[in-house]
Amino acid sequence: MDSRKIQISVGFFVTAAIISMITLGLKASNLNQYAGQESYEVTASFNNIGGLKVRSAVKVGGVVVGRVEKIDLDLETLTPKVTMHINTKFNRFSSETSAAILTAGLLGEQYISLTPGGDDEIIQSGDEIYDTQSAVILEDLIGQFLFSKDSGESL
Amino acid sequence: MLNGLRIVGANTIESLSSVGRAGTLLFQSVFSLPRPLRALKLLTEQLYVVGFMSLLIISVAGMFIGMVLGLQGYTILIKFGADSALGPMIALSLLRELGPVVAALLFAGRAGSALAAEIGLMKATEQLSSMEMMAVNPIHRIIAPRFWAGVISMPLLAIIFNAVGIFGGYLVGVEWLGVDNGGFWSSMQANVDWYQDVVNGVIKSLIFGIVISWIAVYRGFDSKPTAAGISQATTQTVVHSSLAVLGLDFILTALMFGDIA
Repeated sequence: MDSRKIQISVGFFVTAAIISMITLGLKASNLNQYAGQESYEVTASFNNIGGLKVRSAVKVGGVVVGRVEKIDLDLETLTPKVTMHINTKFNRFSSETSAAILTAGLLGEQYISLTPGGDDEIIQSGDEIYDTQSAVILEDLIGQFLFSKDSGESL
Repeated sequence: MLNGLRIVGANTIESLSSVGRAGTLLFQSVFSLPRPLRALKLLTEQLYVVGFMSLLIISVAGMFIGMVLGLQGYTILIKFGADSALGPMIALSLLRELGPVVAALLFAGRAGSALAAEIGLMKATEQLSSMEMMAVNPIHRIIAPRFWAGVISMPLLAIIFNAVGIFGGYLVGVEWLGVDNGGFWSSMQANVDWYQDVVNGVIKSLIFGIVISWIAVYRGFDSKPTAAGISQATTQTVVHSSLAVLGLDFILTALMFGDIA
């Protein structure tokens, strides 16, 4: 076998692998979410974050605008503090914006839902969202339901 | 009694010196780049034999494994109405486990055995000794290019295996069984992480490539220069590298995905 044919075959092999890698990156994984998207940072404190994870989605009306970057416990207030990175494209949120932790479907993943407010002042990078609503814990809900049912009967 | 002790001792010495010889060979192959241009030509030839020639079996196997995953995943997930999770299921099983492991097993059978047999036959027909006689180092000339070709080819083959497998799963899931096309890809993108899943899978296959190539060239180089010796070397290459791949896979999975802090 002459070396030209060998070189072409090896070239084909390596190119096929590179194309596959790019396809895996762009089509099958979240590589495109890492790449080159500028974002700004917003924090929010919740009483309970439930099953929220790092890289959970941040949505406005169902549209993904960012990701959860960091989850930490605020040592002064002892409440969970969530740091989100929001795409710079969406930089029109007022400082009255409220954040709630919701669940996609009954058993789905939890995400942060932002509801824009009407104030003229716009949220800047590093700002905190104060109006927050914690995750609904199913066990608490069942407990409340049972308790209210009991008290209803006793009255 | 004494004879029993002697057998135990002889076996221990033999296995330890075998580990030593294997280690020396690995060291010499890794650090032998005598003349880069010449080495590059030898490497290209071996990339053709080891990598390109394995392409067909890797792509066909990847396609069928992806299709089977699509079919099996669909029949189970549809029971829970969770057929939108088919994409991430196929992609994660392939990228994390099946891609690197099955590609490595096929590679051990297709390329590892051939490497061991070729080097073993060169040894049996005294080609290696005659090279030494002509002041050509057989490790530079024969072993190192084959070893490096195996190390380079394995991750590339695993990547192709993954891509073809996901495409096969797409064909069965979306085109045949009617899972929603948009949901298939978007939930895959939402659940597959580039570093955690894709890159870790490639690292796995790189390690498998090193282990398989090492075992193959060592078994060939260390074989008895007889017909039986070559057949033994070939068998041992496939058996040892398959076991090594499966065992290492568990350790690597525990390290990468086990969250053992």
